[in-house]
Amino acid sequence: MQRFKLFLPLFIFIILGVVFYSMLSDDYNPQDLPSALLGKSVPSFELIDLQTNKVVTLNDLPKQAYLLNVWATWCISCRVEHPFLNKLKAQGVVIIGLDYKDEKAKALEWLKNLHDPYAMVLFDKKGKMGLDLGVYGAPETFLVDSTGLIHYKHVGVIDETLWATTLKPLYDKLNKQ
Amino acid sequence: MLDMFKRLVIPLSIVLSLLCCSAVVFSAAIDVHDFSKIEQGVEKEARYRQFIDELRCPKCQNQNLSGSNSPIAQDLRGELFRMVLEGQSDESIKTFMVDRYGNFVLYDPPMDKNTIILWGAPAIMLFLGLMIALMFKRSQRLQGAETLTEQEQDKLKSILRRY
Repeated sequence: MQRFKLFLPLFIFIILGVVFYSMLSDDYNPQDLPSALLGKSVPSFELIDLQTNKVVTLNDLPKQAYLLNVWATWCISCRVEHPFLNKLKAQGVVIIGLDYKDEKAKALEWLKNLHDPYAMVLFDKKGKMGLDLGVYGAPETFLVDSTGLIHYKHVGVIDETLWATTLKPLYDKLNKQ
Repeated sequence: MLDMFKRLVIPLSIVLSLLCCSAVVFSAAIDVHDFSKIEQGVEKEARYRQFIDELRCPKCQNQNLSGSNSPIAQDLRGELFRMVLEGQSDESIKTFMVDRYGNFVLYDPPMDKNTIILWGAPAIMLFLGLMIALMFKRSQRLQGAETLTEQEQDKLKSILRRY
């Protein structure tokens, strides 16, 4: 027993070492917030379509699984993400854009210059829709099913790895249902 | 000499005091929600202030809404201003925030399976502390209870006699 006591600090050190080391991995992000909207429906809204200026509501959203991508021209990471969204569009993935607290002219310019990967872009000038979605920093991407239920949320740039490992399997599954 | 003092120090002190004033203005007023022209403005402002102090900014994660200048904190302050003016209850204001940003925004989170460790830890710590104290006490008492045998007493006395 006395001998065991001598080794106690070592055991504690090893346990703490394992815990701290696991937190160094890339998967662990202390800033991650679980979305409060997972498993809930996309909140109702009344916005205008960025390109056509028509009023759009919940009923105008696709009746299949889609990505809801929150972006803005002031958001630098969105520029990084944009080419990948174009790639997804080429693969037939349906993406709805939410232009968050932005200026219309700049947004249109952006879509003209960098290509438009969106099936439709909702223009959320005041950020009301973003607020209802619990957005706190663009880019954010939601995976929504045909009934409007939110299944996944990612804060930050979506890239090849995240798409292949997490989003695509879910997207395909939701589309089969 | 006095002339130089007047020419240099006085303008400098004016500039400095002006700078100080402007710094106070910048830090205090990030955005202004004016309660002065509103009915029961004082009470409403107090409620509003309490909310922005108690709620956490989702973007800059260790600041409350009053301390953060991020756009989302500004928007949320705007929403709180609106809801306080509408006279919404504390409960519905908190629900509004939690529905969007989760329990994370509350600095005083409710007890559930994620936070049970937070609420339970003090009790566990107290229990552990008491256990350790008891064990320590017991081992001390055992040591104290040890008495010397007659032989040892004699030996002790002989040693003490020498001095």
